[in-house]
Amino acid sequence: MILKGKAWKFGDSISTDLICPGRYFHLRSNLPELAKHVLEDADPQFASSMSKDDFVVAGNNFGLGSSREHAPTIIKLAGVSAVLAKSFARIFYRNAINVGLPLVECDTDKIEQGDELEVNLSTGIIRNKTKDIELGAESLPKAMLNILNDGGLVAHIQKHGDFKLD
Amino acid sequence: MGTLAEKILSVKSGKDYSANDIVIAKVDVAAFQDGTGPLGVRQLQKMNITKVKAPTSIFFLDHAAPSPRRELSNDHMLLREFSKQAGAILSEVGDGVIHQRLVESFAKPGDVVIGGDSHTCTSGALGAFATGMGSTDVAIGMAIGKTWFKVPETIRIEVNGKFQPGVFSKDLILYLIGMIGADGATYKALEFGGSTIDKMSMESRFVLSNMAVEAGAKVGLIASDRVTREYLKARGRLKDWRPLAPDKDANYEKVIKINAAKIEPQVAFPHTVDNTRPISSAKGKKVSQVFIGTCTNGRIEDLKIAAKILSGKKRATDTRLIVVPASRDVYLEAMKLGLLATFVKAGAIIMGPGCGPCVGVHQGVLGNGEVCLSTANRNFKGRMGNPEGFVYLASPATAAYSAIKGRISDPREVIKKGKKGKIRVNKSKKGRGNR
Repeated sequence: MILKGKAWKFGDSISTDLICPGRYFHLRSNLPELAKHVLEDADPQFASSMSKDDFVVAGNNFGLGSSREHAPTIIKLAGVSAVLAKSFARIFYRNAINVGLPLVECDTDKIEQGDELEVNLSTGIIRNKTKDIELGAESLPKAMLNILNDGGLVAHIQKHGDFKLD
Repeated sequence: MGTLAEKILSVKSGKDYSANDIVIAKVDVAAFQDGTGPLGVRQLQKMNITKVKAPTSIFFLDHAAPSPRRELSNDHMLLREFSKQAGAILSEVGDGVIHQRLVESFAKPGDVVIGGDSHTCTSGALGAFATGMGSTDVAIGMAIGKTWFKVPETIRIEVNGKFQPGVFSKDLILYLIGMIGADGATYKALEFGGSTIDKMSMESRFVLSNMAVEAGAKVGLIASDRVTREYLKARGRLKDWRPLAPDKDANYEKVIKINAAKIEPQVAFPHTVDNTRPISSAKGKKVSQVFIGTCTNGRIEDLKIAAKILSGKKRATDTRLIVVPASRDVYLEAMKLGLLATFVKAGAIIMGPGCGPCVGVHQGVLGNGEVCLSTANRNFKGRMGNPEGFVYLASPATAAYSAIKGRISDPREVIKKGKKGKIRVNKSKKGRGNR
């Protein structure tokens, strides 16, 4: 699958508090409303200015902090097609796959705000059309690829009745 | 042979596994709190699952306890109703924070504990493979009684030597996170050991395991030993105890050695936990609010040292002081020992057991530009409800002494070595507040 969109650049250590602030705790059962505040404390303009299919592009340790699955859920719900980062925090990584939000681990230094990107999830090749360069990405571990390909963990368990990881 | 992580996961998966293997393990305890539970319940409802299968399945109402808004009251109603119908335990408003309640009454050595809260790793101090996961993972684990893991590689943290008076396990863990960074242990297990840990109280050990996730770790494990036994015995749970230790020839990804005697009181500066420095670089920073509590440092040992420092003193005029016991039992014990009276006389406000202001939901949201010195585990931007606020992290002793001074202050000024190696709080006028 090839995803196309524009890059929204963020820095290192984007915590789940920046993605999904605790002051909107009461909106957690109202995900469309919560999604209006996605990444608000990292970039207050992001939620209102991004277009559907755009990419979130960040540095190291994206998604560190709490286990709130609402963080990847509202990124997906906002219309982001994938998150590209140099590295991801553990719980966020697993949550994103579980809710069907693709993550791409790559050298994001070669991507700037507004760059037009094409991401091929099957080959792991990222084309930066603005800069006319190609980047390689780390592939997902087999277990996680199985879950993502089934459409997330709920669909995976519904399909197999159990974990089917190898 | 095996690290603690490898040994526990091998038993729970029915075969000998080592680091980097993918395993499907039995889940002993699956837990949610009120911020992650509603999403988990909705996932279960989506799958038409009406009964839970994990031997201990629990919902804790602690993050918004009692509820400050109708939306959250409705979430609480959903969790109450689901637990009743599905055969899960409900921990009501006022019972306490998930992680404190788990170690007090549910988690035991050798267990696999999964929780919809990142600080679920707290139970690792009892020798349980305890880790935080998202709502869907916990929901599935609760529903089918198992989950999958990649067996983590282990970083052994070997701590020897004696803390200076005024230095605590909170300072040790802040120091370690400052050293290895917020992603220094991502995907890995931390295993704490050494003579300092052997002699450390269970309550102090919980602090270490609680904050393992702040270095990115999956779990923060400590062997189950005599200290664990005494703790469980005192909780009336002796039957839950069993010894558990890593093998002598266990394979570690690396070993980090720390001399406890060299550690000074530490402070994590805004807005990341690994932005940790010795207290001398924070000294004199004006503080608008001091918060003593949470799953990190809201236990009786924490309240005791804070009360010792605050006894007969007043908080500084411009510094509010909030104290939140981590559980009902901690609250009762603090009441019995007269600690709550000490806090109230010192100008503090005591709130019911729960997460309090830690998550930014209620009970002490910061104003623009305000500084909070907190005993919690996280200081991310916006953490305490306002991205314009600044959160510094430290030990309960540093927090209590700073509340008197109105500025971040070094507790070693009042905590001295007493008789028989016990610590003693200096009652000189030097420590008196300006109120």
